[in-house]
Amino acid sequence: MTTADPTVEDSEDEPTLKLEVETAELSAVPLRVEDLEKRFGGITAVDGASFEVERGTITGLIGPNGAGKSTTFNCITGFHRPDAGSVYFDDEDVTGRAPHELARAGLVRTFQIARELGEMTVMENMMLAPKNQSGETLWRSVLPGTRDGVRDQETVNLERTWRTLEFFELDHLWNEQAGNLSGGQRKLLEMARVLMTDPKVVLLDEPLAGVNPSLEARLLEHLHELADRGYTFLLVEHDMDVIMEHCEHVIVMHQGKVLAEGEPAAIRDNEEVIDAYLGEDV
Amino acid sequence: MSSGEPAEADPLDRLRDSDVTLIVGGLAALYLAYVLVGIVAGLSPRGIFATITQLTLLITIYAMLTLALNLHWGYTGLFNIGIVGFMAVGGYTFLMVTMPVAEPAARSAGGLGLPFVVGLVGAVVAAALLGFVVGLPSLRLRADYLAITTIAMSEIVRYFYQSNAFQEVELGGILLGTGGGSGLVGGYTTPFDTYVYDAGWFEGVVEFVDTTFQISGTLGPNIETLFDALVLVVVVVGFYWLLKRTGESPFGRVLKAIREDEDVAGALGKDTGRFKMKSFMLGCALMGLAGALYVFFQLGNTVNPTVFRPRLTFFVWVALILGGAGSNTGSVLGAALFVGVLFRGPLYLKNAIENLVEFPDAPDTVAGGLSGFLSLDPVPFIAFLFDNMGSLRIILLGVVLIVLMKRRPQGLLGHRTETAAAVPLVPVETATPSSVAGSDGAEATDGGRVDTGQVDNEGVDGGGEGS
Amino acid sequence: MVITSVLARGQTVARSGLSTAVEKPLETVLAVVGLLIAGDFVVALLVTGGLGFAEVGQLAKNGLMRGLVIGLAGVGLSMTYSILNFANFSHGDYITFGAFAGWGVTYLVAGFGEADWTNLLLVGAGGGVYGAQLGISITGTPLAVVVGLVLAGATTAGLALLVDRGIYKSMRDAGGIPLLITSVGVAFALRYVIALSYNQSVRGTTSTDIPTYQLPAIDGTIGVNAHDLVVLASAVALMLGVHFLLQRTKLGKAMRAMADNEDLALVTGIPTERVVTWTWVVGGALTGVSGFLLVLWRETINFRIGWVLLLLVFSAVILGGIGSIYGAIFGGVIIGLTLELSQIWIPTDFARASAFALMIVILLVRPKGLFAGRSTA
Repeated sequence: MTTADPTVEDSEDEPTLKLEVETAELSAVPLRVEDLEKRFGGITAVDGASFEVERGTITGLIGPNGAGKSTTFNCITGFHRPDAGSVYFDDEDVTGRAPHELARAGLVRTFQIARELGEMTVMENMMLAPKNQSGETLWRSVLPGTRDGVRDQETVNLERTWRTLEFFELDHLWNEQAGNLSGGQRKLLEMARVLMTDPKVVLLDEPLAGVNPSLEARLLEHLHELADRGYTFLLVEHDMDVIMEHCEHVIVMHQGKVLAEGEPAAIRDNEEVIDAYLGEDV
Repeated sequence: MSSGEPAEADPLDRLRDSDVTLIVGGLAALYLAYVLVGIVAGLSPRGIFATITQLTLLITIYAMLTLALNLHWGYTGLFNIGIVGFMAVGGYTFLMVTMPVAEPAARSAGGLGLPFVVGLVGAVVAAALLGFVVGLPSLRLRADYLAITTIAMSEIVRYFYQSNAFQEVELGGILLGTGGGSGLVGGYTTPFDTYVYDAGWFEGVVEFVDTTFQISGTLGPNIETLFDALVLVVVVVGFYWLLKRTGESPFGRVLKAIREDEDVAGALGKDTGRFKMKSFMLGCALMGLAGALYVFFQLGNTVNPTVFRPRLTFFVWVALILGGAGSNTGSVLGAALFVGVLFRGPLYLKNAIENLVEFPDAPDTVAGGLSGFLSLDPVPFIAFLFDNMGSLRIILLGVVLIVLMKRRPQGLLGHRTETAAAVPLVPVETATPSSVAGSDGAEATDGGRVDTGQVDNEGVDGGGEGS
Repeated sequence: MVITSVLARGQTVARSGLSTAVEKPLETVLAVVGLLIAGDFVVALLVTGGLGFAEVGQLAKNGLMRGLVIGLAGVGLSMTYSILNFANFSHGDYITFGAFAGWGVTYLVAGFGEADWTNLLLVGAGGGVYGAQLGISITGTPLAVVVGLVLAGATTAGLALLVDRGIYKSMRDAGGIPLLITSVGVAFALRYVIALSYNQSVRGTTSTDIPTYQLPAIDGTIGVNAHDLVVLASAVALMLGVHFLLQRTKLGKAMRAMADNEDLALVTGIPTERVVTWTWVVGGALTGVSGFLLVLWRETINFRIGWVLLLLVFSAVILGGIGSIYGAIFGGVIIGLTLELSQIWIPTDFARASAFALMIVILLVRPKGLFAGRSTA
């Protein structure tokens, strides 16, 4: 099932999604958040945030520490259940769905602190990710009659894994326990792994922290390329240069609310945004 | 950081070879030690033979339990300390299914009178069902809460079988029951009696052995035990095969991922709850089967509730930690080491030494033993310890567990990599390395190309998730 | 009745009615079951007369006594569970150790000169000395009982500290599960060292003649003996002491802070190792005393009394919420009452099973315990 390599053009022909936007094709807004609210005890971490992420863009989500970015990520990807508000994925209300359901639908995330599967090798980490693995059904993996099919699929996934590792320059670490990787390598592994799930929308939580500059440049180039092919990225990043140079659209959060959004240039000159960041530094 | 060289001979095959070598070698060393000790101590050949067959029998049972626990803890990270509960359900179910139907006038309970194999299936199903009932609410709990829940469950199971309330229960005209505190006694002719022990060919074998070795009396009962042990060895091989396949598969990979970080597995689209439940139920089913075989082969087709005390659970844990959690090979070796060295070893050694030297009468209390030190005579104390070898070995077992957890939590074999994949995970020959960045739509025609740029909508809508 | 009220307290059914019933089906079912039991109880007691007040009172008194002992042991377990973050499976054998060490001293004081001192110190191991023959009771040999009680606490505190220094100290960062497994090893080793030293027999410890008072109940009397009162007084005094320690002293505040958040405590400069030391000392002492009281109350001793009690102590701690001192006591009393009062409805074989079932239910419904959110308070 995963051996097919439909291009974006193919997928756009598929009339299977319920559409409410004018384009009559895939929704132009794969991810939409409305009045999202999340409280922990007496603290309101996200306080009525609303924003949209357009297809094929790299959208930046920025804000001072404690602005609610990570909580927003958690609410979108099902790790927290929002107290109020909705999350729409491809125009479908997916609020409160379990992470694995969202991931299967194509909405995936990486973690701020890379969460490698430490006592599994880099290869095992990668091989875990592909969707629709027939071998994840116990009996198919065990029974002699069906195991050959599983092996065939594994071979295909292995080849894909290997190429992805090569691209991310992790191939020399293929047999290393993921726990032995450096911080930057773990970040790369996590991003590589998440791309193996054939996602539509990827939420990246500080993916470049600890990655060396030359690889960072290549990664960003690759993100653009993927975005051009229909992937959508929502990126939390503290490096303002990255945000300003590489995002088409920037959303600024402050104290759980969306403070401003727009093109990078406009955000850079926004007084409120500057104040919010200055206030944080005190 | 090592960089893997794909050129080496298939590493998985080598690993497999060395696994078998390890297990066979370890067992051979253990048996050799037993035989040598026996010969040096002048134990009778019959005694040595009997000891070794019984040892093998017990090792196989522990190997099954340790393998099943390894699926729970080593693979999935499920902290199950209710093993004995699943065994009890398996053992009791087996007997209650296979025992003959009680005569109308009988005062004690009978069974359903179904065939041996049906009893085993019943044991497996019952234990798996109990696993489902226990797992459904509790698998989402923290590891230590799951631990307490499972051990409490195993005690509840034991109280259930111990209670007189279900000693005899009339069910659809059939007098069934748990036997209460006195348990159940099979007492029927089993297929093993019919086709093996009482069969002509078996008697022929016994006669042949007896005449060949010229030992006074017959070795018949010992050969029966040997036969039982060999049957169980085959079962262990089955367990090993099943769990090795389970581990070396995408399914096993998800289990490992859950063990490492359940959130990550969820974030990658795996329904972790289902995977945990499947792993738990499979392990419980195997524990149930081991329980039934324990009842049939080790306990002579009888059962009583005192067998299933929690310490049996912890013995299995010691075996697993000895061998190294996460490794099927380690599980088998751990079981052999536990039974051979820690559990049976001290008693055998005591037996051997007693055959060699005459010990003075041991003092009744530790004080009596220690008082010898006042006159610089350690003999009374040593005699006292020797006399209490049964307690001493459990102390030893506790100390071994402590030392292992402190010094070598990964087990005696050390970290072993049993790769979770159905094919060897080795580098793939690629014609055009790192070509992703430069790829465009037109180029992406060679089937196995880098798929990082694939938007697979079919996967989304088709919904063909393996369940 | 208390069980029911607790179950009911765990629910919010009364407050928000149907919506809760839909949202929390498990809780609702439990509340209904609880109400049915309570109803049956009241009807049997007041209407049909199937239950006598004296009968229930006697069960309740026994339950309270058992519960106080369990609760006292639970305080120690709860402290180490919350401050060191691991479930100590050797805790039950600390109870046993306290019982034997304390009773050895009691035997020695009560029977000094009457028998070989080693036999006395070994609580009659090897025969020749019997509790009944020494006539031990709080009224007959008050000094022996009090000295034994104190030394049970002191020696167990010492043991707990020794084990910590020798085994757990170097494993502080190992995580809860490796520590739990290690504690199983400690439990095995300790239990059989005790078995080796004091032997495996079950023996009586106290005089057969303990002053008993009959408290009037509506349709009869409830027997309370002097040792019941000793258990009650000791438990209450120790619990007040722990309360004072935690609320009023600097050490207590540090303990509470560490139970809440160890990293924070480290950052704020609380000397964690010193707190850990005192946690073992205080927890160990309470545990040892509970072992001594258990034997005083049940009048027999054997090397498995603590291990057998362990799961009940865990039940109490979980019921009350790990880290909560009052929760442990409260949980202990609930467990004790469950053990005794459950006999009204189900065979005694299932008394312990019902206590465990109660614990499992609490873990599922309210894993933070009934005193949730008030750690070490």
